[in-house]
Amino acid sequence: MKYPLTIAAIALAALMPPAEAAALRENGDPLASARWSEMQKAFLAGAPVLFDPRVKVVAPSTAENPMQVPVTVDATALPGVVEVVVFADFNPIVQVLRFFPESAPAFLGFRVKLQQSTPVRAAVRTAEGVWHVGGTWVNTVGGGCTAPSAAGGSKEWQQRLNEVSGRQWSEGPNAGRLRMRIVHPMDTGLVAGTPAFFLEEINFADTAGKRLMRVQTYEPVSENPVFTLQRTSADGPVEATGRDNNGNAFKARIAQ
Amino acid sequence: MKRLLCSLLMLVAGQLGAVDFDYRLSARPLAENVYAFIGKTEDFTTDNGGNIVNTAFIVAAQGVIVIDSGPSLRYGQQMRRAIAAVTAKPIALVINTHHHPDHFLGNQAFADVPIAALAETRNGIAADGNAFAENLYRMSGDWMKGTEVQLPGKTLSAGVVEVAGRSLRLVALDGHTGADLVIVDATSGVVFAGDLAFNGRAPTTPHADIAHWLKALDQLDALTRESGFKLLVPGHGAPTTDAAPIRQTRAWLTWLSAALRDAAKAGLDMNDVLARPLPAEFASLPVAASEYRRSVGHLFPAAEQEALGAKP
Repeated sequence: MKYPLTIAAIALAALMPPAEAAALRENGDPLASARWSEMQKAFLAGAPVLFDPRVKVVAPSTAENPMQVPVTVDATALPGVVEVVVFADFNPIVQVLRFFPESAPAFLGFRVKLQQSTPVRAAVRTAEGVWHVGGTWVNTVGGGCTAPSAAGGSKEWQQRLNEVSGRQWSEGPNAGRLRMRIVHPMDTGLVAGTPAFFLEEINFADTAGKRLMRVQTYEPVSENPVFTLQRTSADGPVEATGRDNNGNAFKARIAQ
Repeated sequence: MKRLLCSLLMLVAGQLGAVDFDYRLSARPLAENVYAFIGKTEDFTTDNGGNIVNTAFIVAAQGVIVIDSGPSLRYGQQMRRAIAAVTAKPIALVINTHHHPDHFLGNQAFADVPIAALAETRNGIAADGNAFAENLYRMSGDWMKGTEVQLPGKTLSAGVVEVAGRSLRLVALDGHTGADLVIVDATSGVVFAGDLAFNGRAPTTPHADIAHWLKALDQLDALTRESGFKLLVPGHGAPTTDAAPIRQTRAWLTWLSAALRDAAKAGLDMNDVLARPLPAEFASLPVAASEYRRSVGHLFPAAEQEALGAKP
């Protein structure tokens, strides 16, 4: 290995399978992005950073629709996940979302708007204060952030704003899965004449009030967001609450 | 070293020579006075310049009826020259079967003659034409040079029309797009299906309504069972004397919509759906993998909405 690892990294590597340990890097962005150092300063300043294959970011290498690029972040292979930041280096609005898995596994699926080809990354902060970074390049043809939302062309969303639909799966290969869709234009503010209007916070909790996950969302999350979560056990309904940047709140129960 | 340089130069020259922007269109006779230019069953590339579409013409008593004008100005110009090599008759009318760019971006080469389409197709070209053209510049490169949207100036509606002394039956369907025109040339027995039928190539779905498309295929199927039927010309792939392209298109669409609906019901996320392998039946179909990926993007959100119990 070209660069010596810090003591923390050596300790981590000792706990990993050899192939994954060999892929751990402290230096040299594996995605070779010209904006990596800026990203590091903006989001991960002052803390140790490791490029870590255990942080899986799944997205298509070529996005057919830049308005709805599916991204799945899976950091369940890492113990002690506190916070996950998702960002796209070359997007006009870089920060996509943050999530804080509490009693839920560190897994979240969603869709984003991308303006041009860019790395999409997840930086995962674990309890010992290290940022573990994973990511993938997505090639796309632009227009994702500066194209108007479909809602911009209709008045219907105003009546249906924050309308929630969702389901949980308790059987089959996707047991423990929860999927939720919210009607929201998620306007970026980059379209002339349309101010930024987007969901800012979503909380998932069980009926006893125990929080599964907190999600902070930003402008690049796609219109009418759809989230996929994984519960360790599908145990009763889930309460989803949240609000947008104009203070419109929602509360919905997702049955099992 | 010198030899290496030499062979490198030759390689570069060879590459340049290959791109002469000649689609090499040659009119293929389908029936008496009916011809087609059959495109490749590929995606748009800088090699094929977008020649992935079928266009056609009928030499009628008083002039030529052109059906679709291809993906670029150059295609339209070369098509017009290839038609002139077959007949000295003037072009009487150009018809665009639907509002997808490979079917109308050659219109500019026919700007001096009437161009016609269904009302919704005209609206679609007016609304999306420039964005489509931009996209083709990106995919086909310099083959597109000079191409701009030329709107059809005339509106067609369903029924029997006389064009240049030839009787054509216009059947207005939809499903592949919001308006898909099928042209029945009773004189020759040729049915021009537009992109309602694909042969030996996975169908494209950016503006598809699958339920409507399947209904349209039933109607198209009925046209091939009429007594005068001789030949079906799909929008992409080889013409056939039977309804095979209709069956193929139906099989793909039926599988695709059921697969997406079942995936959404089973709780799959869009990335899970994209990662699924194609069934053996379709795995070797040209461009199946890329069209599947595109279709997931176009159609999965609606399937998902239904599975999550959202109002449509």
